[in-house]
Amino acid sequence: MKGTDERVPGVTFEDLAMPLFDQLYNFARWLTQDTAEAEDLVQETYAKALRGFSSFQLDTNFRAWMYRILRNSFLSSRTGLKTMVAIDEETDEKLLPAEKTTPESILMEQAGREQVQQALTELAVPFREILLLCEVEEMSYQEISETLGIPIGTVMSRLSRARKALRTLLSKDDGGRHGV
Amino acid sequence: MACEQWGGKLDAYLDGELEAADARAFAAHLPGCAACAADALGRVQMKRSVELAGKRYTASAELRSKVAKSIAAKPRRDAGWAWKLVAMPALLVLVLSVGVNLYLRREGSQRQRVYSELADLHVSALASATPVDVISTDRHTVKPWFQGKIPFSFNLPELQGSEFTLLGGRVTYLAQTPGAHLIYQVRKHEVSVFIFQDRGEETASLPSGPVHALSFNVENWTQNGLRYFVVGDVSPDDIQALSELLRDAG
Repeated sequence: MKGTDERVPGVTFEDLAMPLFDQLYNFARWLTQDTAEAEDLVQETYAKALRGFSSFQLDTNFRAWMYRILRNSFLSSRTGLKTMVAIDEETDEKLLPAEKTTPESILMEQAGREQVQQALTELAVPFREILLLCEVEEMSYQEISETLGIPIGTVMSRLSRARKALRTLLSKDDGGRHGV
Repeated sequence: MACEQWGGKLDAYLDGELEAADARAFAAHLPGCAACAADALGRVQMKRSVELAGKRYTASAELRSKVAKSIAAKPRRDAGWAWKLVAMPALLVLVLSVGVNLYLRREGSQRQRVYSELADLHVSALASATPVDVISTDRHTVKPWFQGKIPFSFNLPELQGSEFTLLGGRVTYLAQTPGAHLIYQVRKHEVSVFIFQDRGEETASLPSGPVHALSFNVENWTQNGLRYFVVGDVSPDDIQALSELLRDAG
């Protein structure tokens, strides 16, 4: 299989895909919670993407495409099947502003990095992945929608619920001193 | 808690996803509403915490090299092709060489045209009374400003610890294609960064790499379907350093 895209002279799959390597690995590691599985997942993602590159449409988002391949590979893995719990039907009513934000909760949001990492680990995978795509990868709602294969309205409501769930976990870690 | 009118849109605003008119209206509302300001502050801190906490895992060098090796573009030369070329009549070789020559000449002139246009954009922006339309050193302000103005999104680097400062950005056009024009400062020199979708005929065939054109140093490369150009009268090392920061962020 050649890694060169015949349609754009000089642009190879490698040129487009290798700059994403670190972030894809980070995302894979968060999904799998296991180093060896993450490594396998990343290798599988690159192999699948290389095979499918000839059919990749250049006007679509390459980054979202790569993440979608990684995520679909994860979903079909043993760990993915076990951890990807179904979440309730999402509606726009979940978009209402979360709870109260007080000076105390602001302090809570300044939680230490380890505390936030622990809370992210405890989050359900659909919440964890959408938060990572939005905050760490700084993907737009459109990109997240393409990556996860869900409508933009669902991206917004799921993000809102994920943030609320994270706040709840952090406030528990905080001994419930700060209200959610 | 944010006020009723804006509470439901606060996340979209902070994610840079609010329609431009709404975003302007909310930005005007924010300084006068303590509730919204406090809520927004809390949420920004939460976003920042997740961003920092989420950048947690680093792959081993072995894995990187294994993956890179597995996808490396293989030489495209077909062994059976070589002897056929040798056996071809001299006339065909001549035609071929003329064709290649014309192609290279056309490529060269197209390259020059793109670099000239970028140099013009760089100089005219700096000469303008308002070089940038969004004035901010904060990438989290500059990046969302482009939402809805250009048909793609991009990442900007964290500049802490580097010599570069972000001055702001503006929308620009290259060959009728909209893109982002960002201006950075390094030791009183301004450097332009242009980002376009890499699908225009003008840019798609440009080879990546550093170039010296019209007294400017230029670096360009493709990443995530976007074509980046870094243009300035600073040294090639400075151009390279800023390019590396952008590559790492992209």
